[in-house]
This record gives sequence, structure tokens and C-alpha cells, in this order.
Amino acid sequence: MILEPFAFENSIIHRLDPRLRLVFAVVFSIATALTQSFAPLYPALGISIILVAMARLDSLALIKRIAVVNVFVLFLWVVLPFTYEGDAVFIIGPLAATEQGLMLCGLITLKSNAILLVFISMVATMPVAVMGHAMGRLKVPPKIILLLLLTYRYIFVIEQEYQRLLRAARVRGFAPKTSMHTYRTYAYLVGMLFVRASERAKNVDNAMVCRGFSGEFHSLTEFAFKPVDSVAAVLMVLALVIIEGARWASILI
Amino acid sequence: MHISEGILSGEVLAVGTVLAVAGTAIGLKKLDYDKIAGAGILASAFFVASLIHYPVGPSSVHLIMNGVVGLILGWGAFPAMLAALTLHAVMFQYGGITVLGVNTLIMAVPAVLCYGLFRRFALKGGRVATAAAFLTGFCAVLFGAVLTGAALMFTGKEFLEVTVALVGSYFPIMIIEGIITVFCVEFLKKVQPEMLG
Repeated sequence: MILEPFAFENSIIHRLDPRLRLVFAVVFSIATALTQSFAPLYPALGISIILVAMARLDSLALIKRIAVVNVFVLFLWVVLPFTYEGDAVFIIGPLAATEQGLMLCGLITLKSNAILLVFISMVATMPVAVMGHAMGRLKVPPKIILLLLLTYRYIFVIEQEYQRLLRAARVRGFAPKTSMHTYRTYAYLVGMLFVRASERAKNVDNAMVCRGFSGEFHSLTEFAFKPVDSVAAVLMVLALVIIEGARWASILI
Repeated sequence: MHISEGILSGEVLAVGTVLAVAGTAIGLKKLDYDKIAGAGILASAFFVASLIHYPVGPSSVHLIMNGVVGLILGWGAFPAMLAALTLHAVMFQYGGITVLGVNTLIMAVPAVLCYGLFRRFALKGGRVATAAAFLTGFCAVLFGAVLTGAALMFTGKEFLEVTVALVGSYFPIMIIEGIITVFCVEFLKKVQPEMLG
């Protein structure tokens, strides 16, 4: 089952204007990704934690998402400190961990998590359909939004189709192993998914033409910038000012 | 094969975004409105395929299938991959906003390359077609791994060992994707040959 565990809750964050949330997430992500020093990352991570807390999300789902990203970060911690040339801090057997390597891992850890948490609190909290329409108001080309919404619309259908095919295979005694037979079965399964997708696309296209489709999904959602959004916008600008301020302060001092 | 947020340098992210936008623009130009439903639903199939795990020895890995998507969609693979990867980011937080361009390149460039290099031969019969289909699956993952490595190496040469480990770990996946692509292309040629044009 494909789920969107964060999208349909109700918190102050969920009620904010999706356009505002998208813009903030983009600006915050870029600013954080470009950071080369530690100073701005502490406020950035702090702000991201506050935002996730305000979104009141399902903690189990949240922990799972954070864990996935940090598995790769952990892999970097295992490799980078010992391969990065620099001043040795401590030595394990033949391997020497360097200060520069550890610093780089620290930077990546803070950046990854800050960006992830802001993304979860700002973007994963809106249904994809809403996101598509919000992107439209932000002047993203309509064709790409149409493609995104169509893809979103059909992943659930195709996934059910996959489950059905898999169930049919299991009933016939299919048990996945490391074998040619298994790979052949999966290849035919996926091939069938592609075939069904293309068959369905023809029907969908015909249905869309019949209904006078002219290249755009219209949204009945009226995006309204409410007073609470203005307050949030001011706070978001303030948050970015704090992060940038920390960057400059660390350079100047 | 997603790169997470917070690892790559600003230059790499910027170049990745610009190239991905260019590729997507070309792809969208080639996708008329009557083909867009097809591309969208194939992007959904690609999305679902990437959730399918198969066993390899004691561990399990997921399908990638960007080679087959390339054979079917050509340049249209660019916008289709962008849509699927955007959904990966929004729904599962694989990747994110700033790395979306780089991640799209990692999936879509190999797809378009395989389309250009192998499609002609994959449509023929006999051993040539089998070899071409295998190479499609194999190279689609190989090129993706090479691009991942390039993104890391352009960020900093200290990523050399990480890159070697990553690309090396993809080697068995390349072979299995090659095998699965052979079966998959054979299947498509029998069941619905017009899909491959």
C-alpha cells in the first residue's frame, strides 16, 4: 500500500497556504544546501525541528523517514573520516580518522536532517493534488504539472494491479528466490504493468478528449492568503534572516 | 539510486538542475498532449516498479527499470522520471528539492542514452536483440551509477572511496537488471510490440 502519512492531518502547519509552504521549503533547502560552515546549521536544524513539532505528525512514520535518510549518512560516517586526508584525531588499527573528515560528516548530517525535516513539515504535509495546483499558481509550466498529477493519480491504480498480479503468481506457487525463474517472473510482472499502463493510457486519453480536455486540470481550491499566512510569512523570513545572520556572524568574527 | 539532500556542492546541484530542466524541456516538446497521458501512466508504472523488491542472496534490492522506460519513451523519459522522482521525494522523502535535478539526470540520461544506442538492435530478432536488451538494462544502471559517482566526485575528491564502494555495490544489480530487461523486452515484443515503436 502506498500511503501519504503526513498529508491529511490537521495542524497549524497544514492550514497554512500551500504556496507559502512550497516557497519557504525551496528557499530554506537551497540556503541550507549551500552552507559550508557549522554556524548557520544549528539555527537551521532548530527551526526545522520546531516546524516538524508544530505539524504534529505520526511519530512512528516520522522516525522511519528520518532513519532512511540517516542510514546513508551513517555509511558516510563509516567511510569518510578514514579516507579524507588531514590531521589524525584518533586511530583504529591501521585506520586514522581525520578532523577534516569528521567535520565534513558533521556538516552533511546537520544539512541532510535540517532539509529533510523542513521538507516533511512543509511539503509532505500537503496532498500531491494540492501541491500540483499550488505549483500552477507559482507559474510552473502546466504540462509538467499535468504529467505530475497524472502520475500521482495512477500510481495507486498500478500498484493495486501489481498486487493482483503478485497474488495470482503466489496462488500458483511463486516464491521469490535468487533464481532465473524468479527474475523471469518479475520481468513478466513488470512487463505486464507496462502493458496495462499503456492500455489504460489509451482509454484515459480517449475519455479526456471526449470531455473536451484542453491541457489543464482545473482546481476548485481557492488559495487564499489569510492573516495567519502573513504572520507565518514574517516568521519564515525571520527564520531565514537568523540563519543567514549566523552565517555572516561566523565569517566576520 | 537517489542522492540525499545536504551532500552535493552548490555547483553540482546548480549544473544538475540546469541540465535536468533542459532535458525536461526537450522531452516535453516531444510529448504532445495526446501522448501525455501515456507518459504519465508509464511514469506511474516506473514508480511502482521501483517499489518491487526481489531477492539477491541474503539481501533484497528494488527494480529500477529506467532502461525499459527509455526504450518506450525516448526523450519523454526525462519529464516522466522527473514526475516519478518528485513523487518519490514528496511521498517517501527519497531525495529532495535541491537534488531533484541531479537525481533526474541519474535516471533519465541513461534512459535516453540506451534509447539512442540500443533501441534499433533491441527491435530486431535473435541474439542481437537479446544482447541489446541486456545492454539496455545493464548500461542504464551502470551509467546511473557513473553519474552518481561523477556528482560525488565533482563535489569533492574525498568522496573517491565512497564512490568506488557505491558503484561497486551496483555491479550485481547491473547484471540482474540486464537479465530482467531481456525477459521484459521479449515479453513486450510478444504482447504489445507497438509499445516499442
